[in-house]
Amino acid sequence: MATQQVITEEIRRIETDAAARVQGGQSPEVHPRRDYPPYRSSALRHPTQNLVKVDPEEVERYSPAFGHWDVSPLESDLTIAHRGEPLGERITVTGRVVDGDGRPVRGQLIELWQANSAGRYVHKRDQHPAPLDPNFTGVGRVITGEDGSYRFRTIKPGPYPWKNHTNAWRPAHVHFSLFGSQFTQRLVTQMYFPGDPLFALDPIYQSIVDPAARARLIGTYDHDTSVPDVSLGYRWDIVLTGPRSTWLEPEHADG
Amino acid sequence: MGDRVQTPSQTVGPFFHFGLEYDGSAQVVPGHYPGAIRLHGTVFDGGQAPVPDALLEIWQTDAAGLVSRERGSLLRNEFAFTGFGRAATNLGGEYAFTTVRPGTGFVTVAVFARGLSHHLFTRAYFDDGTGGGASDSLLASLPPSRRSTLLAMPDGDRSFRFDVRLQGDGETVFLEYS
Repeated sequence: MATQQVITEEIRRIETDAAARVQGGQSPEVHPRRDYPPYRSSALRHPTQNLVKVDPEEVERYSPAFGHWDVSPLESDLTIAHRGEPLGERITVTGRVVDGDGRPVRGQLIELWQANSAGRYVHKRDQHPAPLDPNFTGVGRVITGEDGSYRFRTIKPGPYPWKNHTNAWRPAHVHFSLFGSQFTQRLVTQMYFPGDPLFALDPIYQSIVDPAARARLIGTYDHDTSVPDVSLGYRWDIVLTGPRSTWLEPEHADG
Repeated sequence: MGDRVQTPSQTVGPFFHFGLEYDGSAQVVPGHYPGAIRLHGTVFDGGQAPVPDALLEIWQTDAAGLVSRERGSLLRNEFAFTGFGRAATNLGGEYAFTTVRPGTGFVTVAVFARGLSHHLFTRAYFDDGTGGGASDSLLASLPPSRRSTLLAMPDGDRSFRFDVRLQGDGETVFLEYS
């Protein structure tokens, strides 16, 4: 396995090259690169042919009609799924989902999943020998409000090791899955926490080669969202593509 | 919020099952539903190895070609057709949905996986259009070798196979919506 130093050098080389392209007039890349060698498991899992441009068909300009009767309001509170309180730092994560024109994404499904405060997932293939928490599963759902807003109560997940390279650690993150009003707006991503010392070392986070784009995944500490004597608050707003606005990928991207 | 640049994607990772799968997620319709079919296949990587930690979503019209506005994709009942399904691959890289043949002739597919930083869209077509069936501008625009990657092929009674090849020989045509 590669050392962190080798991975970090690869990350820096790619970022320097990407920055030079932006200096040369290309648009910054909005999304991560599917072909990103420092993230080793991307090697055989990215297409090598160009994507084929198509206009969405009628059905693709709709999304599944998730609604309030699919999702209980209790599902947005990850701290009450069991008899006792989960261990860890209680937090609120809130924000708004808007489309590329700034309009609220109303009545759409957000799904969230995460590790517990010790960095362990409730998943039978997670081999990290950190403790499971009998009072925490780490799964939530919510339907966005009329203004596109959402709010989850949870605990702050811990960082955890993985096997990309020697001494590889993921920064603490919460997985988010989002639907827009059109299926073409589908987004799965991860929210991070400000100031994480692992950002510069993590090839998944760094697969977004533009620093400004990466920063869009970091929630902001929001004291007004903190609840006195109870929990700290984070704000994280999400922008989906379109509808009908163009993908903001660089026009001259190679691959 | 001023900043309207898209939020970047990140990989679904290896441990999504407990967060995204749910009872009946792969049963767009129950097996006894009129016209029920199986849509199944294997996801392969560029080394032709099955991908055991991929997630596929399908979104489609009903058999008459109508877009469903029915709720209940997350809480299935035996009657509502919602048009949405979600299936993870097993250790052999295989997935399977129970659904109906869409009136439009195709199912939209989103592919997520560990190692895939940004999901991929494709379509599974039930008819290549050469037999006088529905013609489609996307299929018509592709050379035959690539067109065939978008065809769900009958492989048994009410069963269709649609393999997904992420890279290399027979790489599936993936889409970018304009």
